Amino acid sequence: MAVLTRGFRGRSQDRGDQRLPPGQYDVGDGFPVLSAGPTPRTPPARWDLTVHDQTGELRRWNWEEFRALPREALSVDIHCVTTWSKFDTRWEGVSLDTLLQDAPATARHVLASSDGGYTTNLPLEELTGGRAWVVDTYEGQPLAPEHGGPARLLVPHLYLWKSAKWVRRLTLLPHDEPGFWETFGYHNHGDPWREERYSGD
Amino acid sequence: MTEPTATVDTTAARRLDGNAAAGMLAELFAVDVTTARSRCASCGTTSMLGAHHLYADAPALVLRCPDCTDVVLRYAVQEGRILLDLRGAQLLTVPAPAATDESNGA
Repeated sequence: MAVLTRGFRGRSQDRGDQRLPPGQYDVGDGFPVLSAGPTPRTPPARWDLTVHDQTGELRRWNWEEFRALPREALSVDIHCVTTWSKFDTRWEGVSLDTLLQDAPATARHVLASSDGGYTTNLPLEELTGGRAWVVDTYEGQPLAPEHGGPARLLVPHLYLWKSAKWVRRLTLLPHDEPGFWETFGYHNHGDPWREERYSGD
Repeated sequence: MTEPTATVDTTAARRLDGNAAAGMLAELFAVDVTTARSRCASCGTTSMLGAHHLYADAPALVLRCPDCTDVVLRYAVQEGRILLDLRGAQLLTVPAPAATDESNGA
């Protein structure tokens, strides 16, 4: 029995290690809030989500319209550049495959813009194919303002600064436009498995 | 773990005043810049850096205008280098050290 228990613990440990990108630690039940500014509190009645290109607005959903879009539930590991990771976080929201399905053929990059002025840039091809969502629930509850509510971007395969809290606009661009942290020494791409933390510029 | 809609705004509770940035900024500046006056590039309001709002939990020190809350200054030490972004500060006015006053004469 002792051997079996030890063996089980060993496998569990191995699995945890395999899910932890280099330089990260498992934060467990915690969910740190690392804010660079005041927490915006936009009530649903005044909330909308828009998709823009350089010429202007392409799509707009108010809260009710957004909530009526096809929804997905997901359980993912998230990784913050400040070195904490959190396993099996459960969210619900709308896939960016749905939100960006009318993207113009010239679009290559996306700049996400949030209430409060935050921005982050991402390659369009990494937001489609079931790899990115705009989520509005966390662990079955409405997403709290501290964690980006009413709705935030969620791109779990990149460091969490790419998952813009309080997202309101997705701008499709033919060129790349670095965002808030990307213009301040942080990596333009942000893959936690490659430890793409800093730009080196 | 569920996150109830917060009754206590932890981010607001953890917000510091700009004076708390003095130690970090002393790594770069030869003078105490918390007594410097800064004109916000966004709203034009001038106030002492020490009276700005400091968000120190983020991956950088982020100083915001106490009037419009736009970003005035970002400061970080990353991998052995110091980064300073002052684009939100349209004008920084620092009291000159006494020696400089003397050299200006009367």
